[in-house]
Amino acid sequence: MDPIQTLVKNLAEKHGRSRESVLPILQGVVEQEKFLSERSMIEIAREIDIPAADVYGTATFYSFLETKPTGQFIIRVCKTITCAMKGKNQILFAIEDMLKIGLGETTPDKQFTLLETNCLGWCHKAPAMLINDEIYTELTPEKVREILSGYMKVNANH
Amino acid sequence: MATSNQLKRVDFIFRNENDWEKILSSTLERKPQELINELISSELKGRGGAGFPTGLKWKLTAESKEKEKYVICNADEGEPGTFKDREILSRVPYKVLTAMAICGYITGAKKGYIYLRGEYKFLLPELNKVIDEFEYYCKETNLDFKISIFMGSGAYICGEETALMESMEGKRGEPRNKPPFPTQAGFMGKPTVINNVETLVHTFTIFKYGAKKFYDLGVQYSRGTKLFSVSGDTPKPGIYELELGMSLQDFVYEFGDGDTKAVQVGGASGFLVPRKKFKDAAIGFKGKLTGISLPTGGSMMLFNSSRSMFNVLDNYLEFFREESCGQCTPCRVGCQQLLLGIKAVKRGEKPASYLDKLLRLTETMQYTAKCGLGQSVANSFSSIVENFREEMIY
Amino acid sequence: MSKKVNITINGFPVEIATGKTILEAAEEQGITIPTLCHHKDLCVAGNCRVCVVEVAGQNRLSAACATPCEEGMEILTNSLKVRNSRKQIIELLLAEHNADCTKCYRNGNCELQTLASEYKIMTQDFIELVPLKHFSIDAYSPSIIKDDSKCIRCQRCVRTCAELQGVNALTVAHKGDKMKITTFFEKAMRDVVCTNCGQCVNHCPTGALVERNYIEEVWEAIANPNKHVVVQTAPAVRVGLGEELGLKPGKSVTGKMVAALKRLGFDSVLDTDFTADLTIMEEGTELLTRLKKALVDNDKSVALPMATSCSPGWIKYIEHMFPEHLNNLSTCKSPQQMFGALAKTYYANARNIKPEDIVSVSIMPCTAKKYEAFRPEMHDSGYRDVDYVLTTRELAILIKQAGLDFNKLEPAKYDRLMGESSGAGVIFGATGGVMEAALRTAYEIVTGREVPFENLNIIPVRGSDGIREASIKIENPVEEWAFLDGVELKCAVAHGLINAKSVMESVKAGTADYHFIEFMACPGGCLGGGGQPIPTNPEIRRKRAEAIYAEDEGLPIRKSHDNPEIKKLYKDFLKEPLGEVSHHLLHTKYTKRERY
Ligand SMILES: Cc1cc2nc3c(=O)[nH]c(=O)nc-3n(C[C@H](O)[C@H](O)[C@H](O)COP(=O)(O)O)c2cc1C
Ligand code: SF4
Ligand code: SF4
Ligand code: SF4
Ligand code: SF4
Ligand code: FES
Ligand code: FES
Repeated sequence: MDPIQTLVKNLAEKHGRSRESVLPILQGVVEQEKFLSERSMIEIAREIDIPAADVYGTATFYSFLETKPTGQFIIRVCKTITCAMKGKNQILFAIEDMLKIGLGETTPDKQFTLLETNCLGWCHKAPAMLINDEIYTELTPEKVREILSGYMKVNANH
Repeated sequence: MATSNQLKRVDFIFRNENDWEKILSSTLERKPQELINELISSELKGRGGAGFPTGLKWKLTAESKEKEKYVICNADEGEPGTFKDREILSRVPYKVLTAMAICGYITGAKKGYIYLRGEYKFLLPELNKVIDEFEYYCKETNLDFKISIFMGSGAYICGEETALMESMEGKRGEPRNKPPFPTQAGFMGKPTVINNVETLVHTFTIFKYGAKKFYDLGVQYSRGTKLFSVSGDTPKPGIYELELGMSLQDFVYEFGDGDTKAVQVGGASGFLVPRKKFKDAAIGFKGKLTGISLPTGGSMMLFNSSRSMFNVLDNYLEFFREESCGQCTPCRVGCQQLLLGIKAVKRGEKPASYLDKLLRLTETMQYTAKCGLGQSVANSFSSIVENFREEMIY
Repeated sequence: MSKKVNITINGFPVEIATGKTILEAAEEQGITIPTLCHHKDLCVAGNCRVCVVEVAGQNRLSAACATPCEEGMEILTNSLKVRNSRKQIIELLLAEHNADCTKCYRNGNCELQTLASEYKIMTQDFIELVPLKHFSIDAYSPSIIKDDSKCIRCQRCVRTCAELQGVNALTVAHKGDKMKITTFFEKAMRDVVCTNCGQCVNHCPTGALVERNYIEEVWEAIANPNKHVVVQTAPAVRVGLGEELGLKPGKSVTGKMVAALKRLGFDSVLDTDFTADLTIMEEGTELLTRLKKALVDNDKSVALPMATSCSPGWIKYIEHMFPEHLNNLSTCKSPQQMFGALAKTYYANARNIKPEDIVSVSIMPCTAKKYEAFRPEMHDSGYRDVDYVLTTRELAILIKQAGLDFNKLEPAKYDRLMGESSGAGVIFGATGGVMEAALRTAYEIVTGREVPFENLNIIPVRGSDGIREASIKIENPVEEWAFLDGVELKCAVAHGLINAKSVMESVKAGTADYHFIEFMACPGGCLGGGGQPIPTNPEIRRKRAEAIYAEDEGLPIRKSHDNPEIKKLYKDFLKEPLGEVSHHLLHTKYTKRERY
C-alpha cells in the first residue's frame, strides 16, 4: 500500500465508512497532504464505496478543501468588510512582497500558498489571517513580516 | 419605538460558574414537560439570526414519536462581523454541553453534535478536553448522552440549518426544501433540535436562574440579553452582553467614535441603518408596534464618515456571490447581477435607474430564493442603496 | 389524519389528496405551473424557482413542486407578484445562458426557450454573464456533447444519472457563481464511468446535453453514388418516432417510417428486428448450452446466471462496475452489431456488393449504440461493422429536412434479406421483451411445445416494475434436453441501471439463484432510451410499451425461430447457432474498466 492508501484507510478506520464520514476523511487527507489529489479522492471513493464524482462534488463545495497543489503553509487573509477596512490590502502587499508571489500562488519552494478567505470571526481584531489552522490578528505589515520570518526559520531548521 | 434607556450591560453568559454538574443533575430531576414550559415562558428566541422560539422548537421535537433524535449546536458562525460563539466556546464551553444534554433529556435525543466552523479549528484541543470531562461525568451518572464535534471546512452556507445537516451527512452543503423542518426530519432524516451556541447558553441561564429572571430582561417580544459582536469604526471593538431592546442611538453613543455614519446590524445579511434613523431603530425581534426593530445574530458594524458605502456593499455582494451554495436561480444569478450591476452603475456603463431594476431584483430574491441566504441579500442591498444612493452613482 | 385537504387555487375551492404538492394539485385542476428542475422521473429538487406561487398570508412565494398542500391554503398561481418574480427568474437564467437559439440543437424543443417565449422575454437588461465565464464544450464522446454555456444548473442530469442509473458520472461541483455540472475532476465524459446511455440527454431541459449527431455524414453517404447505404431500424424507434413528427405517444409508425426511409434515399431499408430474432437464436442456444454444462457436465467454470448483452449502456456499466462478472454476460453482440457484421458479409455477398462500398447506418433509440459502433472490436466484417448511428430524434430531423409530410406517407414494407422479423424481435424494444422472446424460443426448443401462456403473451415479465422475476417449469422436454426435466427456469428482468445495480449486487453476493437475467440500461427498456423523443416520463413510456405489444400481437410470426429469413440465414450462411461463423461474426468479448 502506498502512503495515500494507508492514510485513507486509517482515516476510514477512525471515522467509519459511511457517507457521513466523507468530510472528516477529506479533512484528514487535507491535514496531511494540504490538498486533495485525484489519487486521494479515488482512494476515498473506493474506501467508502461512493462514486468518485460525488467525492469531487463534495470536496469542491468547501473552500478549505483545496483540490490544487499547495504549499506547506497556506496563508488565508481575511478579505471581508472589517478586515478590508482595517488594512487587509497592506497586509496582502506585505506578504506578496516578501514571498514574491501573488494571490492564489505558491512559492517555488512549495512552502507558502497565499489565498484570501471570508470573515474569520476576529473582526474586533482586524485585520486577521490564518496560517494553516493558526490565527493571527491585529496585523500590521511589520507584524506579518515577523510572523512569516518565524515560519521560514522553523522550516530552515528542519 | 426607541427607548432612551442607557445600554444595560449584563453578565450572564460569561459568568464563570463552576456548577454545571449541579445544574445538570438538578435539572434532570425535573420533568421534561415542566422544563419545556419554563423555557416557553422565558420567551427565549433563537440567537442564530432567525429568532424562532426555542421552547417551541424543543417541544415539537420532544413530541415526535421517532426513536432516534439529535441535538445540534450550530457553531458555524460565519456571518461577517459575528464572533461571539467562538468566545463562548473558548470561555464557557461546559455551559453549552450542559444545555445540549438537558435538551437531549427533554427531547429524547441521545446524541449531540457541535458543528464547528473550520476557521475555529484551533479551539479543538480545549473543546475535546471539556467533552472528555463531560463524557466522564455522563458515565459516572449513567447519563445516556454523547457529544461529538463535526468540523466544517469553509462554507458560510453550512450555517443554514438544513445545509449544515447535508454537510454532516457528507454531502454538499445545499439547503433543503422546507417543509419538512428539522424538528420533523433533520439530521439523517430524524427529528433534530438545532440551536445556536448562544441560544443554548441562554437555556443554561434559564434553567439555573429560572425563566423569570430572563424574561424580566429586555422588552416585549425581545426578552433577555444578547451578545453583541462590535466591530468596525469603534474605539471599543469586542463582545458585549446587553439587554435586548436598546435603541441604536444609545448604542452608537456608547460605541461610536463620534463620527458614526451608519451601523450594519446583523452582519452582511442584516440591515444598514444610517445616522438619521438611529433614534428610530431598536435592536430586537419583529413585533414591536412602532419604529424599526432589527433582529440580529449580534453583529454590529460601525462605519464612520470616511467609509464609502459603495465599497461596503461591494464587499458584501462579493461575499454572497462566493458563499451562495449556487443551487437556486434567484440567488446564484441574482448575486452576480447585483455585484456586476452596482459596478456598472458606478462606472457609468449603466444609468442610475438601473439601481431600481436591481432593487426589484432583490425583491424577487427575497420572495423566491430557496433559503435565508438569498432571501436576505435584499436587506443590506436595499438599505444601503436606498440610503446612500449618491454614493452608489458618483 | 384526513385523507383530503381543502384548499383554493386561484379562488376556486378544491379538495386534494393529502400529501400532494401544489404543483400536482394545480395539474389536477388543469392549471399548468411552469417548471424547469422538476421531472416526473426524479426526486424533487426545488432549485430553479420558476414554479413559485403565492400562498395567502405569506410574504414569500412557495415553490409549487416542493410544497405540500395544507388544509386551508389559498394559492395563487398567476398573481402579479408571481408573474413578475417568474419573469425575472427567467431573465436571470437567460443572462447566464448562451441563448443563441438559432444555432442550438434543441431549438424548437427546449423548455427554457418555451418559457422565454411564453413570458415574452423581449429584452435583456441584466448583464450577460456568458462572456465573463470560461464555459467549455465537451465533444470528445462519440455519443454525447456537453455544453456548459447552455446549462441552467437544474441538476436534472445529475439526479438522472444517480437515481435512475446509479452511475453517478455527473455531479455538481463548486459553489456560488462557480457552481457547475461536471464529472470527476472535470474530465471529459468519455474518460469517466459514463455509460453513454443518454438518459441525462433525455432529461435535460435545454441544449446543454445533446447527442452527438451524424446527420451530415449520413446525407453525404446517401448522396455518394458509389455507396450502397443500408439502414436498419431498432424495434423501439417505430413507437417513438411519431412523437417527433406531431403524433401522440403510443402510435406505432412502422410502415410510414419505412416509406420515409426509402424516400430519404437509403438503398435498402432493413430491420434490426431481424437480428433481434437472430440474437434469440444465438443467446437462447448459449443459455441452454450453459445450463447443460452446469447441470450435466458439472462444469464449474460456467457462469450463471447468464446476463443479456444487447444493451450497450448496460455493457459499459458492467465493464466499469462489475468487471469481475463479465463472464456472466452472454457473448452475443447486440442486434445492431450483429446486423452490422452481417451487412458487410452475408448481405454484401448475397447482393453482390463490395463490402467497402456499403455504408451501414442504424437508427436507434439509444446514444450508447453510437459508442458501441465505435468500439475497436466491432470490426469483425473486416470493416467498421456499423458506420453511423442515428437516434430516433435524428431520423426525425432527416425527415423534416427532406420536407416529407410524414403523416401522408403510404406505409411501406421493409426490403428483403434481413428485413423480415417476428413479433419476438419487436418486443426487444420493451423491458422484459428479450426475456419473453427468449422464453418463447427456448421453451419450444426444449419441450417442442409453445410456451404455456395464452396467446404467447408472457405477462409476468412485462410491466414497469424496476425488477421483475418469473419462472417457468420445464416438463416433458424432448430427448436432447431431457436433463432439464422438472427444472424450474428462473429469470429476472431489470431496467434502469439503478435496478441493474441491485440485481448485480445480489449476483455478486451469491444470493441470486436466477438462470437468466435481462438487463436494459434505460427505464422502460429501449423504448425509454436516451435517443428517444423528448420528453419522456412514466406515462409516455407506458404508451410506447402498449404500442410495442400491440405490434407484436398483430404480426403473423411471433417467434424468432419461425422467422423464415432467419432459417435461410442459418441454412445458407451460419449453419448453426454458436457455429464457427456465428462465433466469428456475432459474438464478442468485453473489456474490464475502472470503476473510479
Ligand atoms: C445563510 C445562513 C447562515 C446561517 N448561519 C448561521 C450560523 O452561522 N450560526 C447559527 O447559529 N445560525 C445560523 N443560521 C441560522 C440557522 O439556520 C438556524 O436558524 C439556527 O441555527 C437556529 O438556531 P437558533 O434558533 O438557536 O437561532 C444561518 C442561516 C442562514 C440562512
Ligand atoms: S438562496 Fe442561495 S444559498 Fe440558499 S439555496 Fe438558494 S442558492 Fe443556495
Ligand atoms: S438551450 Fe434552449 S434557450 Fe438555450 S439556446 Fe438552445 S434552444 Fe435556445
Ligand atoms: S449518459 Fe448515462 S451514464 Fe452517462 S452521464 Fe448521462 S445518464 Fe450518466
Ligand atoms: S446539463 Fe441540462 S439537465 Fe444538467 S443541469 Fe444543465 S440544464 Fe440541467
Ligand atoms: S472581517 Fe475579517 S475577521 Fe471578520
Ligand atoms: S420546478 Fe419547482 S423549483 Fe424548479
